[in-house]
Amino acid sequence: MRRSTLIAAVILAVLVVWPFVVPAYTRGLMIQTLILAIFAMSLDVQLGYTGLPSLGHAAYFGAAGFTAALLILHVTTNFWPILAACLGVAALGAALFGLLALQTTGAYFLMITLALAQVLWGLAFKWRSFTGGEDGLPGVSRPDLKLPISLWNDTTFYFFVLITFLISTALLLLLVRSPFGQALKGVRENALRMRALGYNVWLFKYLGFIIAGVFAGVAGMLFVFYNGHVSASDLSITMSGRVLLMVILGGTGTLVGPIFGSFAIVFLENEISSQIERWPIVMGAIYIAVVLFAPQGVIGLLKSWSARWGRA
Amino acid sequence: MGAGMKPLLVESVTKNFGGFNALNGVTLDFEPGERRAIIGPNGAGKTTLFNVITGVLPPSAGRVVLFGRDVTRLPMHRRSALGLARTFQINTLFPKLTITENVALAVQAQTRLRYVCYRPWRAYRALTERCDALLTAWGLWDLRDARVSELSYGDQRQVEIVLAMATQPKVLLLDEPTAGLSTAETAVVTALIKQLDPSITIVLIEHDMDVALHLAERITVLHYGEKVAEGSPEEIKTNPLVAEIYLGAGLT
Repeated sequence: MRRSTLIAAVILAVLVVWPFVVPAYTRGLMIQTLILAIFAMSLDVQLGYTGLPSLGHAAYFGAAGFTAALLILHVTTNFWPILAACLGVAALGAALFGLLALQTTGAYFLMITLALAQVLWGLAFKWRSFTGGEDGLPGVSRPDLKLPISLWNDTTFYFFVLITFLISTALLLLLVRSPFGQALKGVRENALRMRALGYNVWLFKYLGFIIAGVFAGVAGMLFVFYNGHVSASDLSITMSGRVLLMVILGGTGTLVGPIFGSFAIVFLENEISSQIERWPIVMGAIYIAVVLFAPQGVIGLLKSWSARWGRA
Repeated sequence: MGAGMKPLLVESVTKNFGGFNALNGVTLDFEPGERRAIIGPNGAGKTTLFNVITGVLPPSAGRVVLFGRDVTRLPMHRRSALGLARTFQINTLFPKLTITENVALAVQAQTRLRYVCYRPWRAYRALTERCDALLTAWGLWDLRDARVSELSYGDQRQVEIVLAMATQPKVLLLDEPTAGLSTAETAVVTALIKQLDPSITIVLIEHDMDVALHLAERITVLHYGEKVAEGSPEEIKTNPLVAEIYLGAGLT
């Protein structure tokens, strides 16, 4: 416990100092890492804790992204109503899709999450007048916090993202350690026993699904602020697969694992795609290697190593 | 609950799977605090009966009445909330969680606490203290931080009962609590069941005749999904039909 607190303190110190010492380009990658880490943690609550795999988690990420973009372009640049709307849209979307998806289990659940997200993707792709179709919606300005700071300053924006990331992480860490979080783990481990104990298993799955959707929405909103642009690709299976890979690479059911997963994927993707044109092949190879050799992810590897050192 | 109300009533319950009748018009009633054993050869419908009572399976016909309330259409978790708990023939636990976490999930199951998502569960003293008390009482204190998957089969069998008891049930269904245990372990578990609160109605499915005769004051015999005999251990022992279909020469 004390050692993990120390590690967290070191990482936090690095995150605070980092933007001042690295080039703007690397800072941009760091912002992406933090945003996608929120996205990956949200999926981990659903996959790692509640035991519900998803191939359509980008649906809530993208839906919130489009909400943010459309509001900024047509209605308001005030951050607070935008935040409320993004959270609301993500929660409603997850509440609706969850009702449908939770009629099934296992592989069927996986397929229906994919199908539902593809419906949204298709909508965004075809409804050109509203969503910009393939080109998406460019020129989305950063919102106004109604505070004496401007998000147009890149360092300020970095800290805005960092704080949102820290709040999200704290809330999710509290969640997975709470009695409710324990119940989610119970649902993952043994739904039949949970029913026998008196838990409404369906309701816990549903709530876990919605919470995951809401935090995906937070990430999707930030992503649009960062890019100044939203398109159907933010809702696509590629995006859903990418976040799934982050969770698996980092370690499912660990919450901090997906943060490392996000870091690794963002920086690797950037590095590899500048060297090789077909970087998805390399990413696929990484995926296979993780599943074969480190099924518990990076966190699992670290844990088994530290256990070995502890004994020596 | 009025005086004399039956805690549990099973009324002409039939359950068929395809063309096969796993239960055929079974009627049973239980007294408060009763110890009842359900026996019968493999495939007699014993576990199916438990599954119908607890709501894992809906009956094809008939009713289940719990504390005077018809629960036939009530989902499993709602029946548990009325004071019904069970164990499973095959260990049904949370393998990757520690024993303490397993017990805590059971303790918080029927409290408002289960929806609390903003505070670590270990911060709730009432919860952790009750877990500690249960673990101590059941001799599992030394194993409290072990994961269930690291436990011996015999210890897991005990955790099965602890989880059911942690919800403070009024009716407890035990599905072969000593299945697969050694003679010594069987003696331990039997003793633990024997000293449970006498006000709890306990129904157990048991293959081990010694255990059934030792624990139960009344025995029901199922055969091919039908109730063929019911009575005191003495009556069951001397019932020629029961001897023929189930007991053989072993129990004289």
